Amino acid sequence: MKNNIDFKNIPGWGMDADPENEPTYPMKNYTGDDHNRINYERASQQPINVEILQSTERPSPPVVFGTSVPPTGLSGKIRRYAFQHSEDRYRHWIPLILADRINMVEGVIDDLKNGYIPDVFAERGWKAEMKYNPKGVAIKVLAMATVCTLVWWSIKNKAKSKSFFNV
Amino acid sequence: MLAINYRGPYRVRISEKPMPKILHPEDAIVRVTRSCICGSDLHLYHGMVPDTRVGSTFGHEFVGIVEEIGSLVTEIKVGDQVLVPFNIACGRCNFCKQGLFGNCHESNPMATAVGGIFGYSHTAGGFDGGQAEYVRVPYANVGPTVIPAGMDPDDAVLLTDVVPTGYQAAEMAGIKEGDTVVVFGAGPIGIMAARCAWFFGPSRVIIIDHIDYRLEFAKNYAKCEAYNFKSMKDPVVFMKKTTDWYGADVCIDCVGCEAVGNTLQTLTGRALVQAGSATALQWAINSVKKGGIVSIVGVYGPPFNYVPIGNVLNKGITIRANQASVKRLLPRLIDHVQSGRLKPSELITHRIPLEEAADAYRIFSSKLDNCIKTVLIPSTK
Repeated sequence: MKNNIDFKNIPGWGMDADPENEPTYPMKNYTGDDHNRINYERASQQPINVEILQSTERPSPPVVFGTSVPPTGLSGKIRRYAFQHSEDRYRHWIPLILADRINMVEGVIDDLKNGYIPDVFAERGWKAEMKYNPKGVAIKVLAMATVCTLVWWSIKNKAKSKSFFNV
Repeated sequence: MLAINYRGPYRVRISEKPMPKILHPEDAIVRVTRSCICGSDLHLYHGMVPDTRVGSTFGHEFVGIVEEIGSLVTEIKVGDQVLVPFNIACGRCNFCKQGLFGNCHESNPMATAVGGIFGYSHTAGGFDGGQAEYVRVPYANVGPTVIPAGMDPDDAVLLTDVVPTGYQAAEMAGIKEGDTVVVFGAGPIGIMAARCAWFFGPSRVIIIDHIDYRLEFAKNYAKCEAYNFKSMKDPVVFMKKTTDWYGADVCIDCVGCEAVGNTLQTLTGRALVQAGSATALQWAINSVKKGGIVSIVGVYGPPFNYVPIGNVLNKGITIRANQASVKRLLPRLIDHVQSGRLKPSELITHRIPLEEAADAYRIFSSKLDNCIKTVLIPSTK
């Protein structure tokens, strides 16, 4: 409920105010403009030619924005859902993280569709890892080989015992 | 043109992308001559920042030559060599007018909590970054600054983020003469924060990390005490003991959301139950004296982190934090560099062609070859 009281007539209003007490100075050079809210002079609006997802916490788009990678596909649908909710909500951020992971798979599919097989080895910078950390790479390869062998061995044994009981 | 192309966590490649265009009369197009990989780029690279879309180009620390300007650009001209602050700032909103160029309200539609940043996910505006041959620079009358004649471009490129962020970390800490300052994290920002802390007159500057070669570098570059927390039973108790059981006067968190050192923080951070691990911030809060100041420049994700906020209340701690306001700080910092008091380029350990960006990310991320700071250089320059 709005209260139209003239706050300057409240007994003691402003009498202990200390203009030197500005904890954000010098990071912020307080001018009092904060009280004008968003009524400041803006530059002309960048034309909106791509889909921009906008925070629900602002009334209109900012003057400029990035135009890289507009939302597409399933990840885009999830992002559109996320932007129906404010930055305060889990239902904003968790879907965005989910969309990022789905987007990664979409990226691989797009590559394959375009006849490009992603060189994951190069993309992950393994050449540098092998050059500067050969011991670490050897340990990782050994660990991976051990895990693969164990998985293969357990699947093989499971199949064997199954066929034994079937007999 | 060639540009970094993010493909998912731990995967980047170099691709041909369309040339950037002037999309607003106050835009400029800059031909990039140097672009750094920032520690905070690793949060993107590791998939920690929500709304990091496949196909994005990273890079918010870059210098270059102005190639084209929009019809309303008056402060720079074609051919100027410019350093470009990582904040995209309009210069007109109330936040910019009060010096908070890192909090511009007119550069990011996707989030109100953070201003626009080059190449830092759609959470920071969806702008392509400078790890490319060319980049679109909005508000070209505000951000881009002509590199002073004679300045080493390697120094200039570090004035776009590393130096201002390190300096502001120390500035926000409200350091008084004789204070003991503890900096968590010996990455480029932490090393710079430790070096800049001396400008404010403390008697001790201590830096904490777990990587010995970085601690050794920090000790020499920032003239500070350097300790490996892995050699301590409990870093907070160590900090109390080394300050006569009082606590540090100020603590500075230069680590952010991928800190190690606390298993619970690490596990919940990796599982994204919280926005990365907040170990450094937890230690900062618990190591500072009652009534002390904690300054945060380490980057955390937008959702939520587990921090001992009850101790903040009970100890009467003041927390100060922000993205560095690069434009506000540039005149002072250019003076520090030109006078020789600061030599930021000494942090650069690796200069790598843009085409080898995937290896560069791996070297920086895995801290291979004693890497402190990596610069990508487009081969055509």
